[in-house]
Amino acid sequence: MGNLLEIKNLSIEYVTDERTNKAVNNLNLKIREGETLGFVGETGAGKTTTALGIMRLVPSPPGRIVSGEIIFEGENLLEKTEKEMREIRGNKISMIFQDPMTSLNPIMTVGEQIEEVIKLHEDLPKDELRKRAEAMLETVGIRKERFDDYPHEFSGGMKQRVVIAMGLACNPKLIIADEPTTALDVTIQAQVLELMKELKVKFNTSMLLITHDLGVVAETCDYVAIMYAGSVLEYGNVERIYNNPLHPYTVGLFNSIPSLDEDKDKLDVIPGTPPDPANLPTGCKFHPRCSKCMEICKQKMPEPIEVEEGHYVSCFLYDKDVKEGR
Amino acid sequence: MAEANAIAKGKKENKSNSQLMGVWIRLKKNRLAIFGLVILILLILMAIFADILAPYGYDEQNLQNTFQTPNLEHPFGTDEFGRDILSRIIYGSRISLQVGIIAVGIAVIIGGFLGAVAGYFSGKVDNIIMRCMDVLLSIPQMLLAISIVAALGNSLANLMIAVGVSSIPQYARIVRASVISIKNQEFVESAKATGSNDLRIIFKHVIPNCLAPVIVQATLGIGLAILTAAGLSFIGLGIKPPTPEWGAMLSGGRMYIRDYPHLTLFPGIAIVVTIFAFNVLGDGLRDALDPKLKQ
Amino acid sequence: MERVLIDVRDLKKYFNTKQGTLHAVDGLNFQVLKGETLGLVGESGCGKSTTGRAILRLHEPTSGEVIYDGEDILKYNNKKMKEMRRKMQIVFQDPYSSLNPRLSVFELIADPLYVNKGVVPKNRIEEKVKYTMELVGLEKRLINSYPHELDGGRRQRVGIARALVLNPEFIVLDEPVSALDVSIQSQILNLLDELQEKLSLTYIFVAHDLSVVKHISDRIAVMYLGNIVELTDYKKIFEDPLHPYTQALLSAIPIPKVGIKRERIMLEGDVPSPINPGPGCVFYGRCRNRKDMCKEVKPEFEEKKPGHFVACHIV
Repeated sequence: MGNLLEIKNLSIEYVTDERTNKAVNNLNLKIREGETLGFVGETGAGKTTTALGIMRLVPSPPGRIVSGEIIFEGENLLEKTEKEMREIRGNKISMIFQDPMTSLNPIMTVGEQIEEVIKLHEDLPKDELRKRAEAMLETVGIRKERFDDYPHEFSGGMKQRVVIAMGLACNPKLIIADEPTTALDVTIQAQVLELMKELKVKFNTSMLLITHDLGVVAETCDYVAIMYAGSVLEYGNVERIYNNPLHPYTVGLFNSIPSLDEDKDKLDVIPGTPPDPANLPTGCKFHPRCSKCMEICKQKMPEPIEVEEGHYVSCFLYDKDVKEGR
Repeated sequence: MAEANAIAKGKKENKSNSQLMGVWIRLKKNRLAIFGLVILILLILMAIFADILAPYGYDEQNLQNTFQTPNLEHPFGTDEFGRDILSRIIYGSRISLQVGIIAVGIAVIIGGFLGAVAGYFSGKVDNIIMRCMDVLLSIPQMLLAISIVAALGNSLANLMIAVGVSSIPQYARIVRASVISIKNQEFVESAKATGSNDLRIIFKHVIPNCLAPVIVQATLGIGLAILTAAGLSFIGLGIKPPTPEWGAMLSGGRMYIRDYPHLTLFPGIAIVVTIFAFNVLGDGLRDALDPKLKQ
Repeated sequence: MERVLIDVRDLKKYFNTKQGTLHAVDGLNFQVLKGETLGLVGESGCGKSTTGRAILRLHEPTSGEVIYDGEDILKYNNKKMKEMRRKMQIVFQDPYSSLNPRLSVFELIADPLYVNKGVVPKNRIEEKVKYTMELVGLEKRLINSYPHELDGGRRQRVGIARALVLNPEFIVLDEPVSALDVSIQSQILNLLDELQEKLSLTYIFVAHDLSVVKHISDRIAVMYLGNIVELTDYKKIFEDPLHPYTQALLSAIPIPKVGIKRERIMLEGDVPSPINPGPGCVFYGRCRNRKDMCKEVKPEFEEKKPGHFVACHIV
C-alpha cells in the first residue's frame, strides 16, 4: 500500500500582536491508502490545526504555515493555488466537523446541502443530482423521504449522518473527521462509529480520525499518532501502541483514564498542565511533566526512533546512543 | 518580539489590573482611537482651564471691532457684537461637553436600570417597560427633544434632560439584551446556589458584565448628544445668549454666512472635531473590549 | 453507619413549552446515604442535571419531597432555604461560564462568605479563602488572577473552592470533569476523592461518562428520559446489569483496549422526546425485550434483588 498522504516537518503558528502560538511543530505523519489513522491529543495539542493545514484552511491571519510539506497523491498541497485547492476540497479530501448542530446550514434542506457538494465538483443534470443525493442519504441510513427536511427537524445523531453523507458525496480519497462523535451520546456514538467503519470499507477511503477518546481509537483505527504540544510523540500500529505504550506521556495517558474493568482507589496522574503554545519549553516539550526526565531532554528535542517495526517513539529513553553515553 | 516580552512582563506585574491592562494594550494599537483620546483630553483641559486660556471674556463686547476676519489679535475673528470667537469657543466647550456627558449620563443610568430590570425579571415587567420604550423609540429623537424643551422651557438643565430622556430607549435595549444573555450563564446560577439575592446578583454579577457595550454606546452617544444640543440651540430652543454654546453660535452666525463665513465655520469645526474624537474613541473601545479578540 | 442524608420522594420537574409539558424529571424515588457518592448517569436530555438542580431548588420542583436530615426542604421559606444552601452546594460542568469573568480568584471564593455572613467573621475571610485554596490545590500566587488567565483544571478547582468555602455537607457535582482533558480529569477526580474523605462530604455525581462515574461512585443510578431505570452498587451495575437500557449503554462504551471482543447491543433510533410521554415504559420504543404490557403500564421502580432497584416488567 502506498502513502496517500505524507506530512513532513509541518509547522504552523498563529501570530497576533501579543503572542505567537506555535500550534504545530515539526510534525511528521503518513496515511496509507484505505487506512484509518487515529490522531489523539488533548485540547490545544494542534490536532485541528493540522487538519486545517491539510485542507489549507488555516485562518490567515493570524494563522501561518511556516514550513513543511504536505504530500497528497504525490503532490505538495502547499504549492497548490487556491483554485486548485478548491478542486481538491470536498472532492478528494473532505472534512467532517465536530459539531453537527453548527456545521449544517439551518436554512437549507439537508438534500440541497448534499446536492450542493456534488454540484461544486461535478456537472450533473438536475434529476440525476437529486438521485445521487438521495442515494447518499440512504447510504447513511436516512430515508430518502426526508430529503426536503431542514436540519432542525433532525436529532444530533441524524445530523451527523447528514454531515457524513456530505463528506462522502464525492467519493473522496481521504476523510478528515474532527471529533465526529464527541458531541453525541454514547449509544448514538456507537451507531455513528459503526456506520463510519462500514462506509470506509464500502467507499475505500482513508480516514484521519481526530479524537481525544482512546476508546474510540481502539475501536475504529488501524494506526494511531499521539500528539502533544504540536508534535507527534508516538506513532504506530494500534495494537502495538495499546499493548506496549512506550512514551511516558502515552503511558501516563492510558493510566489516567478510569478503567471499567479494574478497581483503583486513586488514578495515576500526569502532574502539571499542557504547556502554553506561546511559551513552549526547550528540548522535549513534555519534559517538565515527565517522571523520567533526563538532562538531555531539557536541551534537545528527540527525533523519532523506530523501536519495533512501524512503531516510532520520540523519546531519549529509547535512544541507544544516549543510553550508552550514560 | 522584545515589545511582546515587555508587555508580557508588564502584564504579570499588574495581574490585578490585567483586564483593564488588556483593554488598554489593544486600544493603544488603534492609532485613530488614541488620536481621538488625545483630542478629548485636550478638549476637557480646555474646558477646565477656559478662564486662563481664553484671551477675552465670552461676553466682552467691542462694538468697534465687529465682524473682524481672523487676525493676530483675534485668531478666529469676532462676531456681530465684536466678541472674540476663539474665547467663545473655548468657553463653549464647557457647555457642550457638559451637555454631552450629563445628557448621556441621564440616559445610561435610567435606561440602563430599566433595561436591567426588564431583562432580569422578564415576563410582564419586561413587556411593560419595553413597550413604553418602543413608544419613545417610535418618535424621532430630535422631535422628542424639541417637544420636551418646548414643554419644560429653555434652560441648560432642560436641554440636558431633553437630550438625555430622548436617548433612554437605546440604552434600555442594549442593557436588556446583554442582561438576558448573561443571566443564563452558569455563574449567575452559581451565585444563586450560594444564597445571593436578586439585587446582589444584578449589581455584582450581571451589570459589571454588560458594561462593555454600554461604554461603547455612551462614547458614541456623547457625540450624538452634543449634536442634538447644537441642533436645538440652532433652532433657538437651547442655551440663551450670551452664554456661548457651539450650536447657538452656529445659529447666530447663519444670518451673516454669505459675508462672514468664519462666524459659522469655527464653531462648526469645533463640533465636528469633538464628535469625531468621541466616535473614533468609541469605535476603538468597541474593538478593544470585544472578548473575541482576547488572545 | 448507613444513615440516609437525603430522601427524594416522587420528585417531578415539568417545564411548560409551546409543544406541551416537558417531563424533565418524572417521579424519582431514591436515597442518598451520608458519606457516599451517588452517581447519576444518562444521556443528554435524560434529566440528570435537572435532578441535581431540583434537589438544590435551583430549579423549583413541580412536586415531590426532598427530605434532608428528616425535613422536607421544599417546604422551606426563602430565609430558611438560604441557611440550608450553606449545607448543600454545587460544582458546575463548565469552568468557563460558571465563574464571573470580572471577579478575581479571591473575590470568587470569598463571595459566598460575604453572602452568608456569620459562617466566618469578616476579619478571617482572607485566611479562610487561603486555606480553601490550599485545600483544592490552588497555588497562592493565583489569588489575584482572573478566570481567563487560568486553565480549565485550575478554573474547576476555583469552582470547587467556591462550593467548599461554606463548609457544606453535601455537594452536587454536575459533570465536573467532562469539559476537561484526560490528564487534568484524573487530577480533579483524585482531588474530589481526597476532599470527600477529609471533609466527610456526600456527593451526587452527575455525568455521562460511565467509566468516570464508576471510578468515583459507591452506587450508581441510570437515568433515561426523566426516570431512574436502575440503581445499585457500582460493581453490580457493571457485572449484572438488569435493565435492557443499562445493558445497551454499557455495551456502547468504547474501551481503550485492543483485542477485546464483546457483544454490542445496538439501540435503534434516538431518545424520544420528553414532551407529553405516553403511559407505558419510557424505554418501550427502543427496547429489544419489549412486550405488549410495556406499552400500556409503566413499570414500578422496585427492589428486584437486595439493594438492586430496577424499573422493568421483564426482569
